[in-house]
Amino acid sequence: MLSCLVAPTCFGLCVTDMGNLSSLAKGESSEGAHIAAENLACVRGEKLLFRALNFACEAGSALHVTGANGTGKSSLMRLLAGLLRPYAGAVHMTGPLSLSDERLALDMHWTLGHALGFWAHIDDADKAKIAAALEAVDMSDLADVPVRYFSTGQRKRAALARVIVSSTDIWLLDEPANGLDAASVERLGTLMQAHLDDGGIIVAASHQPLPLAHPIQLPLEDFRP
Amino acid sequence: MMKLFGTLIWRDLSHAYGFGGRGGTRRGGFILPVIFFLAVATIYPFAVGSDAQLLARTGSGVIWVAALLAAILPLDRLVQPDVEHGFFDQWAVRGFSEEWIMLAKIVAHWLSFGPPLMLATIIAAALLQLDVAQLRTVEAGLVLGTPGLAALGVMIAALTAGLKGGSALGGLMLLPLAVPMLIFGAGSVLPGGENGLLLLAAASLVLVAIAPFAAGAAIRALRE
Repeated sequence: MLSCLVAPTCFGLCVTDMGNLSSLAKGESSEGAHIAAENLACVRGEKLLFRALNFACEAGSALHVTGANGTGKSSLMRLLAGLLRPYAGAVHMTGPLSLSDERLALDMHWTLGHALGFWAHIDDADKAKIAAALEAVDMSDLADVPVRYFSTGQRKRAALARVIVSSTDIWLLDEPANGLDAASVERLGTLMQAHLDDGGIIVAASHQPLPLAHPIQLPLEDFRP
Repeated sequence: MMKLFGTLIWRDLSHAYGFGGRGGTRRGGFILPVIFFLAVATIYPFAVGSDAQLLARTGSGVIWVAALLAAILPLDRLVQPDVEHGFFDQWAVRGFSEEWIMLAKIVAHWLSFGPPLMLATIIAAALLQLDVAQLRTVEAGLVLGTPGLAALGVMIAALTAGLKGGSALGGLMLLPLAVPMLIFGAGSVLPGGENGLLLLAAASLVLVAIAPFAAGAAIRALRE
């Protein structure tokens, strides 16, 4: 079940492998979650960031997108989330996903519990789910504190709690470890591993190492034009 | 979809009226347009004199001008913060259509400034010496016209959401588009101007019909 393919040199060039990849992406939609990119290219501000990007992630696998600043990590996340249209290629995936990027999407003047409650209501999650998510990111005692008082690291953890509340199979995390202290990074690793063990998928963009045992590496430098 | 629609309206209303957010400070956006509106109605007699006939003749027009300007005040809070904080991204990830979201915002915006303004109009009418018949026509005009103003406000707010100083530009963009409603609304109070209400309703309806689509397209364009 732990199968995730990343072959930058091969998939970018040979047509036969490309065909295999897309059939894989479509064929296995019935069982388990998956997300795949097919020959993806992204243009931002009239500059081609990456091209011929292929990967396929099955349930239980994590993909670590790496690259220097400005190589298109966040753009790739927005492409996968469907917020940007690909310049070329396509994204295939099953089911809904959750996105955590630099935008918190929590009401600043609301308490954390209340702000998470808004998304829980939209995502059909109950109160127990919010409590569990707060417990998971170690913020149970901050549920009654307005979001705007939070530090950078606490905001990152609050965004992670929002992702947990929405309970989707695919997590897209943009710089999940930014601003986290050592204990929080460790907790993030435990959380991500638990999600993978549940048959989830994680696609994380980060210039730091992820607190995961064996994430599949996807260096964006390999897809530069 | 209906549950989402209700949730979005409830969220925007709780921002405007300041309920729901225990502990934290509240945005309480509804009070400012009402105070502005009443302030205009209060100082107008000082400026033109207390001639009861003059006030009664021009008062309804002043109420309409004040209502229009009061509707501009919350423009920068309608769409821009939600874009900035990533709410629209999160809704898009969940597959909600921007048109429904914008319709919810229009309904919520109308509920947050229309009814308070109509209540304040009763006070303003007393200050401006309007008689009961005039007050009735002004209120009817506001019932018909404020939904159009709300739709226009949300549309302009979405169009200017990505711009620096968007609220100033928004005010400039809204005024010419709101002029037809001002003409029909204020005109309906004049003798023989009853048909103005029908034209006002028509103008308002057109705005409510096109605004969700224009605003939705503006938000999608902002993502690119």
